Amino acid sequence: MMFVPGNNPGMMADAHIYGPDSIMLDLEDSVTMAEKDAARLLVYNALKSIDYGSTEMVVRINPLSTPYGKKDVEAVVKAGVDVIRMPKTETADEVRELEAEILKVETEIGRVGETRIMAAIESALGVVNAYAIATASRRMMGIALGAEDYSANLKTNRTPGGAELLLAREQIVVAARAAGIACFDTVYSNLDDMESFRHEVELIKTLGFDGKSIINPRQIEVVNSVFTPTEKEINKARTIVAAIKEAQAKGSGVIAVNGKMVDRPVVIRAERTIALAVAAGVISEEEML
Amino acid sequence: MRRTKLVSLEEAIKRSGLQDGMTISFHHHFRGGDKVVNMVVDKLARMGFKDLKLAASSLSDVHAPLIEHIKNGVITGISTSGLRGALADAVSHGLMSEPVVFRSHGGRGSAIASGELKIDVAFLGASSSDELGNACGYSRSENPKSICGSLGYALPDARYASHVVVITDDLVAYPNMPMSISAADVESVVVVDSVGDSTKIAAGAIRDSKNPRDILLAKQAAQVIINSGLFVDGFSIQTGTGGASLAAVKYIREEMINRGIKASFALGGITAHMVKLHEEGLIGKLIDVQSFDKVAAESIKNDPDHQEVSAVEYASGQHLGSATHALDIVILSALEVDTDFNVNVLVGSDGIIRGAIGGHQDTAADASLSIIVCPLLRGRIPCVVPKVTTLITPGKSVDVVVTEYGISVNPDRPEIKQRLEAACLNIVDIKYLSQKATSIIGTPDPLPFGDKVVGIVMNRDGSVLDKIYNIQD
Amino acid sequence: MAGTLESGDIMITIDPGEGLQIDLQSSVEAQFGRQIRAVIKETLEGLGIHDAYVQAVDKGALDCTIRARVTAAAVRASGKDVWKD
Repeated sequence: MMFVPGNNPGMMADAHIYGPDSIMLDLEDSVTMAEKDAARLLVYNALKSIDYGSTEMVVRINPLSTPYGKKDVEAVVKAGVDVIRMPKTETADEVRELEAEILKVETEIGRVGETRIMAAIESALGVVNAYAIATASRRMMGIALGAEDYSANLKTNRTPGGAELLLAREQIVVAARAAGIACFDTVYSNLDDMESFRHEVELIKTLGFDGKSIINPRQIEVVNSVFTPTEKEINKARTIVAAIKEAQAKGSGVIAVNGKMVDRPVVIRAERTIALAVAAGVISEEEML
Repeated sequence: MRRTKLVSLEEAIKRSGLQDGMTISFHHHFRGGDKVVNMVVDKLARMGFKDLKLAASSLSDVHAPLIEHIKNGVITGISTSGLRGALADAVSHGLMSEPVVFRSHGGRGSAIASGELKIDVAFLGASSSDELGNACGYSRSENPKSICGSLGYALPDARYASHVVVITDDLVAYPNMPMSISAADVESVVVVDSVGDSTKIAAGAIRDSKNPRDILLAKQAAQVIINSGLFVDGFSIQTGTGGASLAAVKYIREEMINRGIKASFALGGITAHMVKLHEEGLIGKLIDVQSFDKVAAESIKNDPDHQEVSAVEYASGQHLGSATHALDIVILSALEVDTDFNVNVLVGSDGIIRGAIGGHQDTAADASLSIIVCPLLRGRIPCVVPKVTTLITPGKSVDVVVTEYGISVNPDRPEIKQRLEAACLNIVDIKYLSQKATSIIGTPDPLPFGDKVVGIVMNRDGSVLDKIYNIQD
Repeated sequence: MAGTLESGDIMITIDPGEGLQIDLQSSVEAQFGRQIRAVIKETLEGLGIHDAYVQAVDKGALDCTIRARVTAAAVRASGKDVWKD
């Protein structure tokens, strides 16, 4: 998910050409208070007029507790945004409050149920309440970690190894999976250190995250290459899936591949690998059927 | 006692027999740092010459002082590869009575060789010269002032002009050999303080672009080359100097190493990037008509595999032996490409002249695979359009167009299209690209052209390809 | 006033005036001058504004950006927002 400041019309016009899975237009921290009104109008008009193709469009609004939040919701729902990202989420109540606000606007324009929510967790309380937040609304499609504010809230600072983020990351992944929704990791701001960036992406993939927030098109390739299964992994997955299909056709319950027992978790992992490969465009959709 | 060739500029001009109405010529190897054109024309103006025809290999922003000389009738005709800045703007607004004649580098070379472009006096700046006129674009002395590398665009002038004046700021001992310009072709040698601003002639090696759009275009262009079917051991290549073209070299190099492929030669337009690949053993020879940076200029001086060629040997359409005929792949840029694959590199979308033909027509026509790399839009200016503002390179010479919204292949290269599609590249119809541009920026209004022809675009064979009209404000 | 002089943006200043007067400086005047003026006019009329003196410095902004900046300038000038409070 690529962050684009909502007060930069030049960047908003063609952010999608670099092929990010989703774009997040920001009305919150990257926009000064004096420009919140203008940024809201830029984002509204961009969403209405620019053809972003199949890119998922997300807008990070200001919290509802600020003078800007409600107007942000009105503007982006009317513009037809796919997902609203709520910053600094700490309780399930906040989610429900946003949901009510969204419903109000959707009802007014006759498009009920179309807007989904992503909650950014950026504080200790948010991490503690992660599962409650994740299950607070049927519109909730994912939760994400905002490491800058979180580490400040913990009264520590960010380190390259990310030790201070361990619990938050694991908690968010666990909460997301228990709730059946997606989870996203935080941004990495050093654009000149692609090596360390790659290490971080590999780490969070191992932890179980579905994706990562990025701030520059140059980071897209690294994320995609880490998350795209290798040919070896794909072929192994294909073998397992084929074996399961064959076993099912014969009515047999247990299968072995290469002398090893293949039980359910292995099959699920193989199916996920195929799904990731299809999403990355390296194999065709027919393989999913 | 022999009469010396070493004279003042004024004396050189007197000796040349130059008269009103004659043609003088210059090269542009000092690029934005050139001082020679302005210095010579200023002197000619003060000596009272009128109605001179100026045949430059190209002109740029730094030549704006010519506007005054044109207004005063000193210069009444210009032929060049390109015009930029205030001079170009003035010409587009109707400054001159005679249209400017635009030729490609190869076209100018052929025209000089055939006599179609007859040069009476050539004023050729040189980075070093001995007292008899053996001149080079580099210097073997302790303190060279204005090195430029290859003198490829000066060589046809040196060979065919009736009278040649070499102008240098670094007089060295005889013999200045090996030389680019031979003393046998030179009548006078003038020593001046400075022939060019070295900070503007050749930069240190140009750094790789960090612009994400350039990187995206570069990767796409590299993928086109790698999957074209021409990316085989011994291939040859030429690239432009735009950000995307230079960045593409990096990705091509990676794949050359991966596959163990070497290039037989690189042509151009030689930059530090090409020199590096050559020194790594990835490119056999460097064929150089213009050295773009100090690294290339030093390399041409020291490396026997780095060969200087004249504009004729580089790209003449009339000489089958010119290097472009052996060229496999060329990466070029464009101001505009239209849905027939015609290219414009000379006139802006506002109708004002702002570029140069350079070697575009020559390389596109002769190379086996001609690739145009350009963004779909530059701000609100479309680069893929229904019809080019001015025709410079005909569509039949252009094979592939690479933009960030997709890649189009000329329908007369179905085998290329098939290979690129098989490689899963984003191949689209060129009309889709034009429509995409319009859908984003809207449809531009027609330009306020007048009736006066201010420029004539020549084809490589000497026929007229297109006309440029004046812009009315 | 709204907007910046960055590439792809347009700077709009709205002052009181009689009728709708637009003073435009654009890098793409020849190709899009007419269209830019039309979008500015259309946006203001959509907001119910028929009298204003508009100064616009355009750096190649798309129509959607022009609409956004004109609306922002108008809202700031009048104090009346287009969104509910």
